[in-house]
Amino acid sequence: MAKIMKSDASVRSASPVINAGVGIVSYGYFVPRLRIKVSDIAATWGKDASVGESLGVKEKAVGAWDEDSCTFAVEASRMALKATAGANGGSGINPQEIGAIYVGSESKPYAVKPSAAIVAEAIQATPSLTAADLEFACKAGTAGMQMAMGLVSSGMINYGLAIGSDTAQAQPGDALEYTAGSGAAAFIIGKKNVIATIDDTYSFTTDTPDFWRRQHAEFPQHAGRFTGEPAYFKHVQGATQGILEKTGTTTKDYDYVVFHQPNGKFPLRVAKSLGFGDEAVKQGLITPFIGNTYSAASMIGLVSVLDVAKPGDKILLCSYGSGSGSDAFVLTVQDEITKPNRRPSVKLLDYIAKNKKYVDYAGYAKHRKKIKHIE
Amino acid sequence: MTEGIARIWRNQRDRYNLIGTHCEECKNDFFPQRKICPVCRRKGKLKEKQMPTTGKIYSFTLVTGGPVGFDYETPYYLAIVELDNKVKILTQIVDSDDDKVKIGQPVKAMFRRIQTHGEEGLIAYGYKFKVV
Amino acid sequence: MKGRDVYVIGAGMSSFGEHWDSSLRELIVDAAIKAIADSKIEGKQLQAVYGGCMASGLFAGQEHVGALIADYLGLNPLPSTRLEAACASGSVAMRNGIMAIASGFYDVVAVGGVEKMTDVSTEMASTTLGGAGDEEWELFNGATFPALYALMARRHMLEYGTTEEQMAMVAVKNHANAAKNRYAQFQKEITIDTVMKSQYVASPLKLFDCSPLTDGAAAVILASGDVAKKICEKPIKLIASSQASDSLALANRASFSSLRATQIAAKEAFTQAGIKSKDVDVAELHDCFTIAELMAMEDLGFCEKGKSGKMVEAGQTKIGSDIPINTSGGLKGCGHPVGATGVKQIVEIAWQLRGEATGRQVKNAEIGLTHNVGGSGATAVVHLLKKDF
Repeated sequence: MAKIMKSDASVRSASPVINAGVGIVSYGYFVPRLRIKVSDIAATWGKDASVGESLGVKEKAVGAWDEDSCTFAVEASRMALKATAGANGGSGINPQEIGAIYVGSESKPYAVKPSAAIVAEAIQATPSLTAADLEFACKAGTAGMQMAMGLVSSGMINYGLAIGSDTAQAQPGDALEYTAGSGAAAFIIGKKNVIATIDDTYSFTTDTPDFWRRQHAEFPQHAGRFTGEPAYFKHVQGATQGILEKTGTTTKDYDYVVFHQPNGKFPLRVAKSLGFGDEAVKQGLITPFIGNTYSAASMIGLVSVLDVAKPGDKILLCSYGSGSGSDAFVLTVQDEITKPNRRPSVKLLDYIAKNKKYVDYAGYAKHRKKIKHIE
Repeated sequence: MTEGIARIWRNQRDRYNLIGTHCEECKNDFFPQRKICPVCRRKGKLKEKQMPTTGKIYSFTLVTGGPVGFDYETPYYLAIVELDNKVKILTQIVDSDDDKVKIGQPVKAMFRRIQTHGEEGLIAYGYKFKVV
Repeated sequence: MKGRDVYVIGAGMSSFGEHWDSSLRELIVDAAIKAIADSKIEGKQLQAVYGGCMASGLFAGQEHVGALIADYLGLNPLPSTRLEAACASGSVAMRNGIMAIASGFYDVVAVGGVEKMTDVSTEMASTTLGGAGDEEWELFNGATFPALYALMARRHMLEYGTTEEQMAMVAVKNHANAAKNRYAQFQKEITIDTVMKSQYVASPLKLFDCSPLTDGAAAVILASGDVAKKICEKPIKLIASSQASDSLALANRASFSSLRATQIAAKEAFTQAGIKSKDVDVAELHDCFTIAELMAMEDLGFCEKGKSGKMVEAGQTKIGSDIPINTSGGLKGCGHPVGATGVKQIVEIAWQLRGEATGRQVKNAEIGLTHNVGGSGATAVVHLLKKDF
C-alpha cells in the first residue's frame, strides 16, 4: 500500500469551506438492460472463468446498438426531474429553471457536438442555460457536480444538472473488457429543496499517465498495474484524506462512503487503507453487478446510498479519474428525502436485478458494433 | 454526410419530447403536429401540447427485413402505441421480453438513437417505447 | 359516371418479372406498343398520354417520365404527363385519362403505368417503397411496408379471428391463377405449407404473404363513345371511376382492420354505376399483402366485415366461384411493379370482359372491378368496367 501523500494543510485550511446550503435536489440513474457475464468474455479469449472473481465483477451492463452515453444521460436526467415531483409543495421543478447542464463522459457519441445540449433539449430545459461536456476520464461527472455547485452557490443559477454517463469502451480481448460497463447517474444541484446538503468538496489532481485514449483512437489504453498504486490509490487516498482534514472529520463520522469503483475490489481495499469498514462501502458498491460505469461509477454508487439513506446520515463520496484526479464530497442527508415523490420510484439495486437480459459474446459484439459490417 | 441535416433537426424537439398539437375547438390531440385541425379546419384553434409518454400496445410486428440504415438492427419490434390520450403513434419497442410484447401491454417512452448517418455523420435521436 | 362515355379500346402489358435486360423505357414502350396495336388506332390519333409511375427517381434515377414515354413512343409533341400516388399511380393515371375524355377535352388518349424495381438492393427498394407511407414518422422509425400491413393484419386477426392459414390461402389462390397467366411473374402453384413455412418478414406476415419486387409495364387506350363504336369490336365501357384519400400515416387512422378510403371509393363507384357489389363478375383487388386482399373483400362489400378469411377458406373467390378475385394472379402472383399495377388491373379486366383471358377465363363475365391502393391506404381507387358489345 502506498504511503498516503501528505497534502499541504496550510493551503487547504485557507480554502473556504462551502456551507451555503447547496446540495442535491434530486437524482436519477440509468442502466441499460443487456448484460454479459464476465465468464463469457473470459471464455471467448480462452481465459480462466475465475477472472471475474478476482476482479469482483460477475457481469457487466451493455448498451444496445441504439444506446449511447447521451441516451443514458437523458434517461437519468428525466428520472432526476421526475424525482422532484414532491418538491415545492408538489409542483416539482420546472426544467426551465435549470441554468446549467454538464455531461461528464469519455464515450461521447460525438467528439465535437455537446451531449449536454441534446440532454437540455430532451428535458425541455432549452434555451436559457449554459451547457458543456466534460472529460476527465472517470471523474468528469463529479467535476460537473462541482461546477454546478459553484454556479448555484454564487447565485448565478438556481439549479444545475450534473451527469456522469458512459458506455465504457474496451478493446476486444483487453483486460478492461471484463469490467467496462455502461450506465449513467444525474444529480440536480440547488439550494432549495435539497435532499442532501453537500457540506464541502476537495479535489486532488496530478499528471499521472495511467490510462488514456488519443484523439482518433477507438479504444483506451492503460498502463496495467501502474493504474493501481500511483494512480487510483494515491489520488483517492489523497482526496479523501484531504476532505477529512478540511472538514475536521474522521472515518467514524460517516454512515456511508462511496469510492470510484473500477472493479469490485479496489474500493474495499482503499476503504480499508483509510480506515473505513466494509459495511460503509457495501451499499454504494455497484460495479460487481454492472461493471465499471466510468464517469457514472462513483455517482451511481451515491445513487444507491441515497436510495436507502435517512435524514442525518453522513456520506463521503470520492471519485477517481485517470490522468489523474479525485473529487471528494461530504454530504448530509436532509429531512426532505423522506417526503413522498422525492426519490426515484424504483431503487437502483432493484432495477439492476430485475431489468436485465443476457447476451452472449456474439450478441455483445453485434450491439457494440465490434463486428466489421459494410453498409 | 451532411444532406438532410435540417430535415432531422426541425423535428428534433417533437421527437425528443412527443410534442404534438391540441385543438381547443374540438378538444382533439394530434401527433405529429398539424398546422390545420383536420376536424375543424379553419375554425380550429391549435396549440402545441406534449403527449403523454405512456400508453398501451395497439398492434405490433417483429421486423426481420429492415430498410436502409436498419438492416444491421434487425430483428426489431415495431408497434402502434395508443397513448393515454388515445393518440396513436408508430414506434419501435425496445428493452422488452418477447412474451411481453403483445396487444394491450402498458408501455412508456424511452430516448434512443433512431438512425445514424454512417460512422461519421449525424445521429438522429427520438422515441422508442418499452413495456413497463 | 358523369360526362361522356369512356371506353377501353386497347390493352397490353409487358410480362411481369425480373427483367435484367430491360430498362424503364423499354418496359413502357413494350406495353404501349401492344396496347396501341390492340386498339387498331394509329399512333397519330392519340391526343395525350398519362403515365403512372411511383418512384423512378429512386429506383432508376429517372424523373420526367411523361416526357420519356412520349419521346420513346415517337409521340412527340403530344402532351404527356406522369402521375404519382404510390402504388395507386397507375389507377390515378387511368382516372386522369378517363376525365380527359369524359370532359370532352380529348377523344383518344393512352394511359400507361410502369416501374423498374430490380436495379436496386432489397433494402433500397424497401426504403423507396417506404416513401409511400409517412417518411418523417413511419419510415424514419424503421417502418417497412410489410410492417405496416403486419400491424393491420394483427388487428384483423384480433378483431375477427382471421388466421395466418387463411391469409396463406389468398397466396395459394393467387399463385394458382398466376400459373395460368403467361404475363405473370410466378408461374408455379404453391401450397399452404409453402406459405406457412416461409420466413417471417414482419410477423404475422411471411415472405409468401408479400407481393414481390417486379419490373413491368401495362397500357390501355381510352376513347370516347363515338370513336370506340367506330373502330373497336369489343369496347369495354368504364362505368365508374372513384378515388378517396385518408391519413398518410397508418397511426392516424380510426381503424386498422379496414381501409376507409377503399370503403368510400367503393360506395362512390357503385353509386356512379348504379350497381351493387354482387353484380360484379370478376375483380382485381390490391393484394400487396395477403391481408390486403382480405380487407379489400370486406371493404368492397364482397362479404361481411370479418368474414373474408372464411370466404377464402371456402374457395369462394377462386375462378369458377361467384366472385373470382385476382384472376391475373394479383399483385402477389402476377407481380407488383408499383406504378404499373393499377393499369395492369384494367388490362386483366378488359381481357376477362372480352373473353380473352385464356386459361383463366371467367365465364360470362359482364362487369369487372379494379381496386388499387396507394401506401397503407392513404389513396384508394376503384374502377368498374362493363362489357359493351
